[in-house]
Amino acid sequence: MAIFLFVVLSFFTVASVTAMIVSRNQAHNALLLVFAFSCLGGVFGLLDAPFVAVAQIIVYAGAIMVLFLFAIMMFGSGANSPLEKMPAVVAAAVVLSVILLIELSAAFRAVLRPPGSFTGAASDPAELGDLLFTKYLYPFELTSALIIAGLVGAVVLGKKKGEE
Amino acid sequence: MIPPGGFLILSLILFVFGVIAFFVKKDFLTMFMAVEIMLNAANLAFLALSKWRGFPLDGQVIVFFIMTVAAAEAVVGLAIIRLVYRRRKTVRAGDWHRLKG
Amino acid sequence: MTDFFWLIPVLPAVSSFILMVAGRRLPKKYISAQACLAVLVSFIISLLGWLRMAGADARTVPWIKPLFSWIAAGSFQARFALQWDPLAGLMALVVTGVGFLIHVYSAGYMSGDKSYARYFALLNLFTFAMLLLVMASNIVLMFVGWEGVGLCSYLLIGFWFEKPEAAAAGKKAFLYNRVGDTGFLAGILFLWAAAGSAEFLEIDASLASGRVSPALITLIGLLLFVGAMGKSAQIPLYVWLPDAMEGPTPVSALIHAATMVTAGVYMVARMNVVYRLSDTASSVVAVVGAVTALFAATIALVQNDIKRVLAYSTISQIGYMFIGCGVGAYAAGMFHLFTHSFFKSLLFLGAGSVMHALGGETDMRKMGGLRFYLPRTYPVFLIGSLAIAGIPFFSGFFSKDAILTQAFLRGGLFVWILGILTAVMTAFYMFRLVFLTFFGEERFEPGHRGRIHEPPPVMTFPLAVLALFSTVSGFLWIPEVVGGRAPWFSRYLGSVIPPGTESHPRALTEWALIIVSVAAALTGIFMAFYLYRRRPALPHQMVRRWPRAYRVLVNKFYVDEVYRSLVINPVVRASERLHEVFDLGVIDGAVNGSARGAGLLGKALNLLQTGYVKDYALAFFLGAVLILGYFLLF
Repeated sequence: MAIFLFVVLSFFTVASVTAMIVSRNQAHNALLLVFAFSCLGGVFGLLDAPFVAVAQIIVYAGAIMVLFLFAIMMFGSGANSPLEKMPAVVAAAVVLSVILLIELSAAFRAVLRPPGSFTGAASDPAELGDLLFTKYLYPFELTSALIIAGLVGAVVLGKKKGEE
Repeated sequence: MIPPGGFLILSLILFVFGVIAFFVKKDFLTMFMAVEIMLNAANLAFLALSKWRGFPLDGQVIVFFIMTVAAAEAVVGLAIIRLVYRRRKTVRAGDWHRLKG
Repeated sequence: MTDFFWLIPVLPAVSSFILMVAGRRLPKKYISAQACLAVLVSFIISLLGWLRMAGADARTVPWIKPLFSWIAAGSFQARFALQWDPLAGLMALVVTGVGFLIHVYSAGYMSGDKSYARYFALLNLFTFAMLLLVMASNIVLMFVGWEGVGLCSYLLIGFWFEKPEAAAAGKKAFLYNRVGDTGFLAGILFLWAAAGSAEFLEIDASLASGRVSPALITLIGLLLFVGAMGKSAQIPLYVWLPDAMEGPTPVSALIHAATMVTAGVYMVARMNVVYRLSDTASSVVAVVGAVTALFAATIALVQNDIKRVLAYSTISQIGYMFIGCGVGAYAAGMFHLFTHSFFKSLLFLGAGSVMHALGGETDMRKMGGLRFYLPRTYPVFLIGSLAIAGIPFFSGFFSKDAILTQAFLRGGLFVWILGILTAVMTAFYMFRLVFLTFFGEERFEPGHRGRIHEPPPVMTFPLAVLALFSTVSGFLWIPEVVGGRAPWFSRYLGSVIPPGTESHPRALTEWALIIVSVAAALTGIFMAFYLYRRRPALPHQMVRRWPRAYRVLVNKFYVDEVYRSLVINPVVRASERLHEVFDLGVIDGAVNGSARGAGLLGKALNLLQTGYVKDYALAFFLGAVLILGYFLLF
């Protein structure tokens, strides 16, 4: 059952990303990604990480991509988002990507060699909360500071000229 | 039941697609979206590997942080792209090379 | 007093430092007062120290006062320590005593000079260095003083450095000294290797014990003497001394007559253990001294510049001192050093008076008849001349006689003959100087005539004191036949120079030698009198008769020119080539080349800065792939 879900979800994820690459419409790209991230959220759920799965859908698919949609709305180029034509860049990108794929596969060969299985137990969001406030308290606080900084930065950057 | 290698393969494919998307697209906005794809692929890899190794919670914590930071980054990045657009009315990567050395 | 004699060098040093730092803002009267006082107090302390030592138990001497540990490198130790013994005490008295008189004289002579403070600062500094040299307890510290006086000599010769001749003369002095110093330093190293220590007491013990090979001792003696050749202006390194007359006359008196140039003699006497153990080295010392004495005297015969005559005379007299040391009569050599410091500085200062009276004139052909105009300078100058010529009862007679007697008895006939010939010439050229300057028709430059006057008392007083000492100091060494007891002077130095180094002649021999040397002096004086008073046309006729010989003498045997073509020019040319090839080519090439290389690298890297985001991203990507690959493979 789980495997079936996994296959389906991953197929949809990859498919929508591929469509996003091919499509020339910015809004389409964004919406496709919303779908892709939601499927990915499902995959997270399959990994016994319920909190992360929900957070993925709420934050990534629901907030970040919506933000992108707003941006497209304000200054996007709509259907006019062409693909890169310069062969040198594309070729280099493809070649390097293939190499990267090979390298990463080699790097993870220990995991990829079948048959592997998970050793971890199911996790509890409450325990996650515990960790956040004990072992990872410091990064937690720093990240909140980071968000504030980002907020202030965005406000500052968003001002019109002449405003104080 | 689901082999951990499966998740990892998915992660790798998504990452590579994200890279290709970055180089194939011409406008900054879409290129930025490709970066988000890459980040997600990394998240998936973290989760899978940490669960495989036996400490799933730490992986989730990291993913939590990555998501947060990605959100902040998206905010600031979009603000910058908006400014860029305001300057020249174009968001194509090919038109921007004023920082040539 | 064992604890206070270290003040002797320190006082002039402190005074020099003060004058260097604050001199320009101080009034002239104060500057000279401080400088002179520093040296005077040093002299008084030296005197007290000397009296103390005379009354102390001889076995405690020498007194050594270590001040601080200076070099401690493995087994090589050199302390900063001062030593007080008869030899050091004698030299200290000479340096501070004569030095004080010259400081006083300078206060008058240099009164119009704009660099008054610098002058006295340097004079004090020199005094400090010289005292350090003579009071050092080890040869390394002595070398420090040795170098220090060389430096001060350079600075003082080139005191009026705006004059190119003076600057060149200063350089010349320093460079020739340096050549000698190279030998000296080599000698120090060998000495340390042989004796295991740099301290004089330990060296004496170590070498005397006989454990060192004679060949090594000879080598050491010769190398150290090379240093003396440079510092004390003997053949072949003497050429700087005549040029050094470009400096102020009191400087010539102090440094190039009484003290610095005698440092070589002091060194040989101090290291007498080396020279007593090596006949070869001693012979070299004696022969070089004798040849130099004669050689310099011949040049002095025809010089027309009053200071040049005195300069060559100094070279010649120092040759005498080395004759004394070379034949083993170290005490006699030191005694001549002692008397010479009085009459030679007297002669120089007297010449200074003459120059002062004539507005700086030094050419004797433009003098004459000055004994009427300078009634106080003339008598003392005459006394100095009589002393140096070796007329009895003046000090020079006793010291020269001591040396020549010892040379005859111990060193062999050759050296003695050269000494006698030199004595004739010495008397001749000195009285030629006297007759040309103080007698005869007046040949002054127009404009001088009305203004010839004696110098102020501050300058004539030191002359009087020096004249007094030139007369009486000889009585410290009365030859035995005339009634003196065994020479007090050599007994005085007995703790440093072991007794038994003096030979005692038979009465008849001694009388004969005395008569010969007096006769030589009188001959010289008479010849000068004949040529420059009786038949003044005769010198010119002689020149016309033997023009080439005259030219050779006047041009100082062309030694300077020979050195220039044989040594100086090749070295200069080689160094210019080296400059082109190495300095400009290699070093500049490397520096400029690396700059150019950096520029090229920058331009190459510039190609990466296209301004396009995607290009940068590709670069990132490539880097990431490479790094990942690296970690995978290794």
